Amino acid sequence: MARAATTTDAFNAVAEPRRRQILDLLAAGELPVNDLVARLGVAQPLVSKHLRVLREVGLVDVRDEGRQRLYRLHAEPLKPIFDWVRAYEQSWSRRFEQMDAVLADLKESERGDDSSGD
Amino acid sequence: MATSTKAEVSLPSDTEILITREFDAPRHLVYRAWTTPELITRWWAGDHGEVTSVEVDLRVGGAWRYVMTATGGFEVGFHGEYREIVTNERIVSTTVFEGMPGESSVSTLMLAEAGGRTTLQLLTQHTSKQNRDMEINSGMESGMQSSWAMLEQVAASLG
Repeated sequence: MARAATTTDAFNAVAEPRRRQILDLLAAGELPVNDLVARLGVAQPLVSKHLRVLREVGLVDVRDEGRQRLYRLHAEPLKPIFDWVRAYEQSWSRRFEQMDAVLADLKESERGDDSSGD
Repeated sequence: MATSTKAEVSLPSDTEILITREFDAPRHLVYRAWTTPELITRWWAGDHGEVTSVEVDLRVGGAWRYVMTATGGFEVGFHGEYREIVTNERIVSTTVFEGMPGESSVSTLMLAEAGGRTTLQLLTQHTSKQNRDMEINSGMESGMQSSWAMLEQVAASLG
């Protein structure tokens, strides 16, 4: 439960679409900031600002290699968020599965109507 | 047959929830399933219980109310009002959970069809982060009641 504050922060951090994009890019592997700037197509100061937020909440790790700073994803703080949202997601998935059955019936009866109209 | 696709939930801001799901059906049928009381009765409770009452007055300013008897035996009711209706495309409505009568959220249903399939998006805007989080927690609680095994599976898959 000592994680509570971090969780809230990580949660806020991923609420920002550009930061989610950065996390997506880093999920594929470690990247220097220049590559992130190039792939995102936004100004470096903005990317650096987002990276700072992500580092503060522990979602991104950084290490120096030569003159480069390499960033990589540290996804662990996201797990409680996934767990939390996932249960909500599953409750909707059940509803939608039941809607699938309703829709199958509606399609069936529409098909029936079509063929009788032909 | 119907490929089972998962509902995707994202949190566009501190006060919003966006649910996205694709259906193997044209959108006028998804719209019908979403707005016809006899059909709502068949899906709205999910696996949380039984729908006991559905009232739909589908016009701007019209009221709606859904009630289910949850698995634990207690009644859960929601109601609200339609604010905007574009048939087969879009519905904006308010929602009040009757357990918290002072609070209201606004939901926008959006349906888009491509190649006979329909993408449903449901954006819910709460008045505070606290209320938004409470809605997500409600899924957590019912999910826990209905299936611990499922949660464990999910947790395990995340490593």
